[in-house]
Amino acid sequence: MSTPSAREPHENGDGGLGGLLTREVKVVAAGASVLADALGEQAVPVETVDWRPPAGPAGYTGLAEDLAVVMGDRRRAAADATAVGRLLGARPHLVDVRPAHEVLDLEPGSFLHAGPPLTWERASGPMRGALIGAAIFEGLAETPEDAELLLRTAPLEPCHHHGTVGPMAGVVSPSMWMFVVEDAENGGTAYCSLNEGLGKVLRYGAYGPEVIERLRWMAGSLGPVLREAVRAHGPVDLRAIMAQALHMGDELHNRNRAATSLFVRELAGDLAEAGGVEALRFAAGNDHFFLNLAMAAGKVSADAARDVPGSSLVVAMARNGTDFGIQVSGTGDRWFTGPAGVPDGLYLGSYGPGDANPDIGDSTITETTGVGGFAMAAAPAIVRFIGGEVPDALAATQRMYEITLAEHPAFQVPILDFRGTPVGIDVTKVVRTGLLPVVNTGIAGRVAGTGQVGAGLVSPPAEVFTQALHALAEQATIAS
Amino acid sequence: MSEEERGSTLIRNELVEVRSGAYHDSVTLMRAGRRLAERPGVTAALTAMATTLNVDLLAEMGFTPPDGTRPDDLLVAIRADDADALEAARVTVDELLSTRSAPRAFGVPAPPRTTGSAARRIDATVALVSVPGPYAFAEAMDALDAGLNVMVFSDNVPIEHELELKETAARRGLLVMGPDCGTAVVGGVGLGFANVVRPGPIGLVAASGTGAQQVMSLLDEAGAGVSHVLGVGGRDLSAEISGRSTLQALRALDADPATELIVVVSKPPAPEVGDLIRAAARRLATPVRFGLLGEGGDDLTKVVEDALETIGVPVPPWPSWLPSRRVHPPRPGPLRGLFAGGTLCEEAALIAGSTPNEMTDLGDDRYTRGRAHPMIDPTLRLERLAAETTGGDAAVVLIDVVLGHGSEPDPAAALVPVIQEAKVPVVVSLCGTSGDPQGRDRQAEALAAAGAAVYASNAAATRHAVSLAEGS
Repeated sequence: MSTPSAREPHENGDGGLGGLLTREVKVVAAGASVLADALGEQAVPVETVDWRPPAGPAGYTGLAEDLAVVMGDRRRAAADATAVGRLLGARPHLVDVRPAHEVLDLEPGSFLHAGPPLTWERASGPMRGALIGAAIFEGLAETPEDAELLLRTAPLEPCHHHGTVGPMAGVVSPSMWMFVVEDAENGGTAYCSLNEGLGKVLRYGAYGPEVIERLRWMAGSLGPVLREAVRAHGPVDLRAIMAQALHMGDELHNRNRAATSLFVRELAGDLAEAGGVEALRFAAGNDHFFLNLAMAAGKVSADAARDVPGSSLVVAMARNGTDFGIQVSGTGDRWFTGPAGVPDGLYLGSYGPGDANPDIGDSTITETTGVGGFAMAAAPAIVRFIGGEVPDALAATQRMYEITLAEHPAFQVPILDFRGTPVGIDVTKVVRTGLLPVVNTGIAGRVAGTGQVGAGLVSPPAEVFTQALHALAEQATIAS
Repeated sequence: MSEEERGSTLIRNELVEVRSGAYHDSVTLMRAGRRLAERPGVTAALTAMATTLNVDLLAEMGFTPPDGTRPDDLLVAIRADDADALEAARVTVDELLSTRSAPRAFGVPAPPRTTGSAARRIDATVALVSVPGPYAFAEAMDALDAGLNVMVFSDNVPIEHELELKETAARRGLLVMGPDCGTAVVGGVGLGFANVVRPGPIGLVAASGTGAQQVMSLLDEAGAGVSHVLGVGGRDLSAEISGRSTLQALRALDADPATELIVVVSKPPAPEVGDLIRAAARRLATPVRFGLLGEGGDDLTKVVEDALETIGVPVPPWPSWLPSRRVHPPRPGPLRGLFAGGTLCEEAALIAGSTPNEMTDLGDDRYTRGRAHPMIDPTLRLERLAAETTGGDAAVVLIDVVLGHGSEPDPAAALVPVIQEAKVPVVVSLCGTSGDPQGRDRQAEALAAAGAAVYASNAAATRHAVSLAEGS
């Protein structure tokens, strides 16, 4: 411990103490309202904090102390600045389209899935359905029953462990084709499968013949044509497309119509040259085609922010249909998990909440990187689809500034006066405020093979953040 | 989604209600509870967050605490004479606790939820943190991260938190006032409990809230005034904290052109810290007068008088307001002190010395369990005062009344009926200025008219009380 001294010169020209004795007094007040009122009576400008006591899960008594340890970790401020700086600085480009077996460390007979680690025994209906479909697609099984037998012992691993993300069930098998996205700033690479469109699709757990047939066409025709077009075109700047799409009413999770249009326009000439009329029709007819690119862009950006010791920045949020998990920059590859919630939203046709599977998919990488639910204010057109009104969308985005470290320099929300989207979820802020990240999502049917049943909003389980806080506190204690 | 979910149990004319997600600070809740209990037909009431302490309190009051509550649940408990009174009181709760949240307008952001978020919305110079002690660190550190000085009003802040905050502040050229800092005046603005004082040449560095209030009030009375009052918290001059905030405050006041003399008000520091601070003070261009309240040291009034002499301002006669007649003939006996201000209580005990006396600081943690500080909520002290002046063995009772921002709006109004009923002399140490919202002179006159002897100087009040206790 150093001995303090009164001899150091004043560093600033404001008389010291940040101008405390020289500038007009303006106050931030947190706590007893009587004190803020007394300032109000003196006509002093006051910004009053709507402070509430942080609440941990029942039985967790060390919350205040964990918070103090993490907030007092001397590495934190610089570590958070480094981590979120990398996330904000990422410049994801689509550079190639290739089969999974070429780019991923994925043996025949093994599968990747969305979310934190999962076993077949704990897998939900749609996850099992997607795995069954993938096994049939790979030619490893003829029937769903055969597939199930095989899958009981097949190696399953999270996409996130392979620089990959997948929407909904997020199942990736070696023969599927992947977008290859590189970060021109930080140098990382991330992958995401190609989007299948809506209706009966593998990612929602459907595995009927039409699903398998489409997957075969995607691997045999769509993938190769896209590869040719992308290689001819050269790297596609995804950040530029995403920034424009936010100005055009997308939030890049549940609405990707503008981004898809921009992307198709960008590649149209090269696709035509490559003889990809079918591919062009497929991509143009699928409003979600860009989602998988937005996800890969998010993944490569978030990965740049990983492994900064002392940082409480969330670098992954992902669900496997059973658990919701997060990873944090300062705690490496460790997952903090809790039960996945059932989204609150609107249902298609005659489906209802009873048909809904718990939250599933890696698409929360969009919220992790400051779009999706965090950019709801940019997408008033879909607010009603997920069960809200326009002021809810504005409030959702504004609420997220309370739990994030930065505002995105490129992703802006026109209706909020072009303010940057809230980006970089901070574990300490989530725990302190009790405000959970807002996630837009599709809802999968509970029963394997059903497909999509609705869309809505969901929150992570609060305990994943208190778990992460506790782990950060343990690391801070070791480091100090 | 409704943020407030209510569950309630109604047993005869008793109600215990749990409201989830409805947080209010303890002062607001205690005020609401008091207002409820004052309603006709209401025999007991509690509005409090469901902390372990408050759940115990509920049980002590004879209510059945509900199961499974969490500290962020709001408890509302009311017992009344009949169902109508109960229902009327229950309706009042919402009114008493209604928050002034802005109407839900298109695009208007909700209030900030952290000090860091608030700091992004206003170009502030200081954060005033008064959240419960265990959580004060996070808000204070967040404010320091945002480049703000911090006044930590909260008590029960662990000393290792204080040290870390102050080391961080020193690295960043900022000041942490507190923890447990009740008083500061910066650029004429009172933070926490502070008197309205004229601007002047004397800067205070104070480890004691009511000590600072006594000094600033007397300086104001003398026409001298203060430049700034920087609180540092009662533990700043301890061996552990080593005067970190005192050193920062001394440097800042030394650099302040308006400050011609610095007065440090504190209990005697740890010896090695005293040396450190004195050495630092000698290096300043501005003279420093230490007012270290302790055995053999000067009282605060004397410290003020010395300071006035240093800057060449004549020492005025310190005001007093004596009852027009001697209500109670003095008889020798013990002196009983009932204080809201800790430093005023200590000073009185030091002055009373060997005269039989018992001085109680009702602002001490032991007495503030489950209720607000007596400067905000006088209920407990009024009860004690009534008991001591009508049936106790005290020959004279000495109390303090501290005015200024943050204190209750009209303390005399509640004290007058008790003083009128007193069977023994009551002496009041009235700490305040003519500019205070409560109006010092109006308060003094009301108290004197009720029969109390009132002094602006705590030392003078104590000496008068001592002379009465000695039978003269």
